[in-house]
Amino acid sequence: MKFTLNVNGESRSVDVDAKTPLLWVLRDELELKGTKFGCGMSLCGACTVHVDGAPIRACVTPVSTVGEARITTIEGVGATPVGARVQAAWLDVDVVQCGYCQAGQIMSATALLARNAAPSDADIDAAMTGNICRCGTYTRIRAAIKRAAGLPTTDTSEG
Amino acid sequence: MAMNVVREPATEHGLSRRTFLKASALVGGGLLLELHVPNVRAATSATGEVLNAYIKVMPDGIVTITAKNPEIGQGVKTMLPMLIAEELDVDWKNVRIEQAIADGAKYAPQFAGGSTAAPLNWEPLRRVGAAGREMLVRAAANALGVSATELRTGSGVVTHAPSGRKLTYGELAAAAARLAPPDPAAVRLKDPKDYSIIGVSVRGVDSPLVVHGKPLFGIDVTVPGMKYAIYVKCPAFGGTLVGANVAAVKALPGVRDAFVLRGDASVAGSVGPLDRLVDGVAIVADSWWLADQARERLEVQWDEGTATRDSDARFAEEAAKLSKQAPAAYIVKNGNVDAALARAAQVVEADYAYPFLAHATLEPQNCTASYAGGKLEVWAPTQNPESNRTVIARTLGLDPKDITIHLTRCGGGFGRRGASDYAVEAAAISKHAGVPIKLLWNRADDIRHDFYRPAGFHHFKAGLDGGGALVAFRDHFVTPSSGDAAASSAFAGPDEFPSRFVADMEFAASFIPTGVPTGPLRAPESNGLAFAFQSFIDELAHAARRDPLQFRLDLLGEPRVLDSADDRYGPQPDFDTGRMRGVLELVRDKSGWDARRQLPPGTGMGTAFYYSHMGYFAEVVQVTVGADGALKVDKVWVAADVGSQIINPIGAENQVQGAALDGIGQALTRISIENGRTVQSNFHDFALLRMNQAPPVEVHFRRTDNPPTGLGEPALPPVIPALCNAIYAACGKRVRRLPIEPATLAKA
Repeated sequence: MKFTLNVNGESRSVDVDAKTPLLWVLRDELELKGTKFGCGMSLCGACTVHVDGAPIRACVTPVSTVGEARITTIEGVGATPVGARVQAAWLDVDVVQCGYCQAGQIMSATALLARNAAPSDADIDAAMTGNICRCGTYTRIRAAIKRAAGLPTTDTSEG
Repeated sequence: MAMNVVREPATEHGLSRRTFLKASALVGGGLLLELHVPNVRAATSATGEVLNAYIKVMPDGIVTITAKNPEIGQGVKTMLPMLIAEELDVDWKNVRIEQAIADGAKYAPQFAGGSTAAPLNWEPLRRVGAAGREMLVRAAANALGVSATELRTGSGVVTHAPSGRKLTYGELAAAAARLAPPDPAAVRLKDPKDYSIIGVSVRGVDSPLVVHGKPLFGIDVTVPGMKYAIYVKCPAFGGTLVGANVAAVKALPGVRDAFVLRGDASVAGSVGPLDRLVDGVAIVADSWWLADQARERLEVQWDEGTATRDSDARFAEEAAKLSKQAPAAYIVKNGNVDAALARAAQVVEADYAYPFLAHATLEPQNCTASYAGGKLEVWAPTQNPESNRTVIARTLGLDPKDITIHLTRCGGGFGRRGASDYAVEAAAISKHAGVPIKLLWNRADDIRHDFYRPAGFHHFKAGLDGGGALVAFRDHFVTPSSGDAAASSAFAGPDEFPSRFVADMEFAASFIPTGVPTGPLRAPESNGLAFAFQSFIDELAHAARRDPLQFRLDLLGEPRVLDSADDRYGPQPDFDTGRMRGVLELVRDKSGWDARRQLPPGTGMGTAFYYSHMGYFAEVVQVTVGADGALKVDKVWVAADVGSQIINPIGAENQVQGAALDGIGQALTRISIENGRTVQSNFHDFALLRMNQAPPVEVHFRRTDNPPTGLGEPALPPVIPALCNAIYAACGKRVRRLPIEPATLAKA
């Protein structure tokens, strides 16, 4: 079946089974490899993308349900001021270990900051608990979100 | 290719580093270790001048440094090139990093495991950089007609101070590349006080690509003409295939091929008897999703006659029985424990147990392979490329030289990617299908076909004298075995604390034969042993009515160096009680341990120390336990001694924080075995630590005059007992069985 998707501001056409999850359309049809497969059941958040600005799990979202909604992936999120600030904060804080989950983390964090410019720790927990980081970079993810928001971070460690 | 082999100088403790490293690396997967500092013969190319296998200098002064080891999130792609860049004397901003392919002759050892990257490479890679610098200096001396001793380097420039003349590395590169490389053993290394890269925080070199979603990982590989594959195996470990409806599957939309592959039990990689190709059905399709969908229509008849029937219930039953019988073996047998127990004023006895665990790398196992005309190209997220090469070559009957292995970034490793099962599957599928394929496991495949952290059982009995001092210690360890030996990562050595610290000590073992595949999980052996031993030692401290941290300091005694008795992997380094005392005292002071009585009711602190991978770690955990048993980990403090130099501080802290959180996650989850198969299948039933459970982790390094050692693993083991000991302090419930079940912590 043919679908025309709005991905990162571009119109993209694909011909796939209507049940194909958006994740696999992005990765294997549109060669946007930044969105990751972790669980296939909306349990880990590695596949988080924005649909009309809201974070969704692409691994359980059939391509047929997306319609003309604006899809933003990690490859395109830097075009928004909030997304660019989050990516810069991720680098400043040096969040990344293996990096596999970080696209999903950045997408969830950007969606959080887009609707809540000054999140509390509880807000961060609520927005980010669906995103697993197997390397355990949570301390730095929290710090990077606060840095992107311009909030004070308490650095409790020494080099 | 000229090859110089450096023999490490003896350390001040009289042990060569080579011997240490051999030991640790074997824990990570049984690898051949030799320290090579290779020098590729001078080569000129349009893209730059090659000074040796690791260093290429471009005319514009940009230096490309080869990162030799697999990057699994431990930061080696940044940290190892820092060692070269420091001694080459260039500015980090002018350094570009290139990932090496797998080439044992050029770059060995080339693997990720055992927290060995820092100690194995600290000296040789600095010498690689210094050798490059020396060639550039000699080229400058020739060009300027002056003595090399009058030349200084810095920021990629050679300066002749007396005349003020300068030549850049870019200008010198062509001439330098024609010089004979020096003997790396003879080059001069910098005084650490002159370091400008080592010891300075350098952010991950690939992180800008990661945060912009660029393809880096094994799962992101695309090669021309590639199809997508899945591989379905027997759910019970060791089962064989009778038949499958492959013709029906082949007719499904998008499916290009479906076929049976037969396993080859005569081949095994480094992790155990199932580290190989096992029987299964391959489905090759136009998209991975279609291949995975076709699985639903696949019907396979398995013969479980050869499969294991193991279950957790049988393990527990066997362990209870065996722990009451005479042990099968002694790991330590010193003095007379029975007599010492009979004399003791107080005897403490307890059973501890921990479950199997999966690695659950967030990037599921995958590998891309392209077989054509007797040659194979592989793109592997692997920790152990040379084992991949051997297993694939033997299984497919290929010459190892005809296999090219590209190292991709790994979405986590934790020991899982030391095995070669997924790589040989990809290779065999590509060969059979006749097209390049990307094999990708789904999450259930990944959790149900792992090499698990082995479950373990400990029956402890110890005696205290009237003053509360430890006078007798016994552990009967019941652990899985495979064949006539302990299963992979299921044993222990004679240095296990308090061995060497109490005269009358027995550490005995009995075995439960198992067909469940086991293997190293981050801090192998230690991740279970630390929980059991350091929790029971806490029980002893409380029985003695002593401060648990002071009790440990007293057990360690005066600072002194003790010989290792562990020769399982060759000689081990000495144990320095002063270094362990140092980190215990540091974590006591940083955590506010002595003021812990002022914490509110329901909140408590626990401590533990552990020595592994040559690192000395002491940790304090603070928890709050609600009346309903709800567990909140408030904070972790880590004090670490990994030697004189923290090579990349910002990366080092990240590793320690991650390892501590990984340990807390390990303490809260489990894999269950029933009827020879794994029960769990995804993150709803195999839970991983999440943001709302992750406490802050405060990290302190204690610098001591010892060679730098690794950080990927040793922070993990002590956090688990420190957490359980904190729970006891908070609510009086002793956790003797993992995972921690918060409901059991509720007030009665």
